[in-house]
Amino acid sequence: MNIESSIWKKALQNGLIGGVISLLLGLVGMVSALGTTYLISGVITMGQVLVLAPFLFESYSSMRHIPSKNPLTLLAVGGLTGLMGGAVIAVVVGFGKVVDFRAVLINASPVLFALWTFGLPLLPGVLVLLALALITGLIAAGFSLLPVRIRGALSMAILIVLALGLFRDLIVTVIVHWGFMQYAFLWIFAQVGMTIPGALVAFLIVGALVYWRSGVNQKAVTQRRTPRQQRAIRWGTWGVLAIIVLLLPVVLGMYFSEILDDVGIYILMGLGLNIVVGFAGLLDLGYVAFYAIGAYTLGVLTTTEAVGLLHLSFWGAVPLALVVAVFAGVVLGLPILRLRGDYLAIVTLGFGEIIRILVLSDWFAPLLGGSEGIQRIGHPTIGTLVLANQQQLFYVILAGIILTGFIATRLKDSHLGRSWMALREDEDVAEAMGINKVITKLLAFGMGALFSGLGGALFATKVGSAYPQSFSFIVSINILSLIIIGGLGSIPGVFVGGLVLVGLPLVLSQFADFVYFIYGASLIFMMLSRPEGLWPEARRRLELRGEESGPSPQEAPQTVMKNPGH
Amino acid sequence: MAILVSDKVTKRFGGLEAVSKVDLELKEHAIYSIIGPNGAGKTTFFNCVTGFYTPEEGQIIFNGRNITGLSPDRVTRLGISRTYQNIRLFKNMTTVENILVGMQPHLKSGVLGAIFRDPRTQREEKAAVEEASRLLSFINLKGKGDLLAKNLPYGEQRRLEIGRALASKPSLLLLDEPTAGMNPSETQDMVNFIRRLRDELGITILLIEHQMRVVMSISEQITVLDFGVKIAEGTPQEIQKNPRVVEAYLGRGAASGLGQALTAN
Repeated sequence: MNIESSIWKKALQNGLIGGVISLLLGLVGMVSALGTTYLISGVITMGQVLVLAPFLFESYSSMRHIPSKNPLTLLAVGGLTGLMGGAVIAVVVGFGKVVDFRAVLINASPVLFALWTFGLPLLPGVLVLLALALITGLIAAGFSLLPVRIRGALSMAILIVLALGLFRDLIVTVIVHWGFMQYAFLWIFAQVGMTIPGALVAFLIVGALVYWRSGVNQKAVTQRRTPRQQRAIRWGTWGVLAIIVLLLPVVLGMYFSEILDDVGIYILMGLGLNIVVGFAGLLDLGYVAFYAIGAYTLGVLTTTEAVGLLHLSFWGAVPLALVVAVFAGVVLGLPILRLRGDYLAIVTLGFGEIIRILVLSDWFAPLLGGSEGIQRIGHPTIGTLVLANQQQLFYVILAGIILTGFIATRLKDSHLGRSWMALREDEDVAEAMGINKVITKLLAFGMGALFSGLGGALFATKVGSAYPQSFSFIVSINILSLIIIGGLGSIPGVFVGGLVLVGLPLVLSQFADFVYFIYGASLIFMMLSRPEGLWPEARRRLELRGEESGPSPQEAPQTVMKNPGH
Repeated sequence: MAILVSDKVTKRFGGLEAVSKVDLELKEHAIYSIIGPNGAGKTTFFNCVTGFYTPEEGQIIFNGRNITGLSPDRVTRLGISRTYQNIRLFKNMTTVENILVGMQPHLKSGVLGAIFRDPRTQREEKAAVEEASRLLSFINLKGKGDLLAKNLPYGEQRRLEIGRALASKPSLLLLDEPTAGMNPSETQDMVNFIRRLRDELGITILLIEHQMRVVMSISEQITVLDFGVKIAEGTPQEIQKNPRVVEAYLGRGAASGLGQALTAN
């Protein structure tokens, strides 16, 4: 009986959570901003997905708490969860008719209310909303009743269709370059989102493919291959990947290449910060400082304006920019690396701000241009070819990423990498093992500064100018977020984090106003449900997901006293 | 020859003298113990020897060299290594990685070696891994190299911590309560293991220990601290008969039952 009642309580609770999330998405303005962004033309908008998705999600998670597999119970719980969520919105809509929320909640506009009631008058609108919420809950419940294989195929097919609709602009830009081939694909896309037949066909194809794939025993197939074949397949995959990456700027065109460059620079810097934070465990919040130093050094040395020094070429100036950045890293690092954790974070944060303010100051204005910044920064050249446009610069950035990624991988698996890890785990003991704390930390800090400086130099040449505004504190936070989302300490994680956190918001410009909202929400969500990151480092996965039941040391009576000696 | 000489070492925390003018002389290839009630300054003395604290007065001479005030990593490089009262392994690193970190003083390759993986670095790394697996067999943890340290049972964690300390090839090993929290049979294993360290590896050992049975059976020389002051020194037999020691442990007036009190754990 107890379990019975707790199921319903849980359903109401989840429904309430779903309703509040859905409400929040509306009140921050996402629903109305995306209210006309059709995913499938004339059928469903992104805004509607945002209203209903929390119900779906919460109803599905209600299913986990039910011990019985009785379909009726499941459906009832799912329906109740969905209905409860819908009721939250319905109540707010009802109140909205009487009270004007707009004084406090500026997004609680008639537009939002119209979206919530599907453009209908109050009563029928609310009823439709409740009905849809109920159906969403039932669908979630029904979904959990399906065999795993069908469930997998269905969810993948739905996700792909939604993604196709969402990324329509990006995809269309790419396929219009395909000559007559484009007509084989263009028809599935409408002016906004997908066409109905297009969505159906995509759904069926993806669903069938996933269903068929999940039937094949992957492990058996892999085992049947000889080592030689496996190696060939691995190299083949890498080769294909390399070709795709090399062709990316050509295929994507100028606009998306610029986004690609931005993502690339963030990934490069993420790889560097990952050494400092992920490997060595030094929380550096002033990472942007070295980025600014790299950018400005390159700017000053290569600009064709009168203020510049030396007027070097790009290739001549980059090493100097790196030297200056590393020097700054060492100079900052020496006094502060004896600080730990929070203190280190605060000091580095301050340093980042100091650099930005120094750049803005009148003192440096004759050299750095103050708030005017530096313009006409030099571009890299190969022979007589000047790599000035975004597509060409991608290859320079790519080279930087490959170099950084290679160095980071090598360092991680080295003796130095282990020393960093030991310092991260227990600084005192690491020192007692013969690790020179100052030098080892300084190496991590210097490496970070090096790659941040490289990122800054690439950024300066990409934009062609350097302004103090580009080097605000938020850059450090973005990079930190991307390595956390990707998986702290994980090198592939940096790539995933960069693509998700920097790439997605730039591609989906509809979401531009909500970038930081999404950052915050996804960070919280990640920390709660997947603290090891999207592509975790193998070890970190062990730490956070490993057998918790592993034999733990019993507290010895004497070990209670932690203070040495007294 | 004396491997370690502590000359009037004093360490103060505020007004408290945690270690007060402690003299100590350790001869090579011997096993020494420091005993004393809780808060007697035993671990503080360890921290002074290993460079974690700098004593306010006095000096510490190791192999004829003044090491007072050197940083912990320098002290380790000179050949002193230690374990901790509450096990302090690198919990989220594997067993073999813990050992490899312990080898730090003998690994020469730097950043460039790590990046370019030149033949010298590769040889060094290979040798280190082989050495680590030998050490793992020595501490009876063979085949457990890839487990996370925190997933090892308590006794194995103790042994791993000693293994990590051995990885730096010390000539003096400081063990801080190596048998804490162990049952009698585990304790006996640990005692035998400590003897092996001295007999097979020729390491001088200084240990802090609370279990009197261990102290009395293993040590050649015992030093007793109380409130930071050395109150007695001598062989186990001498210590058991020393009225000041009994007083420190059991309070004034209990001196009559001293023999039983000290031998019966």
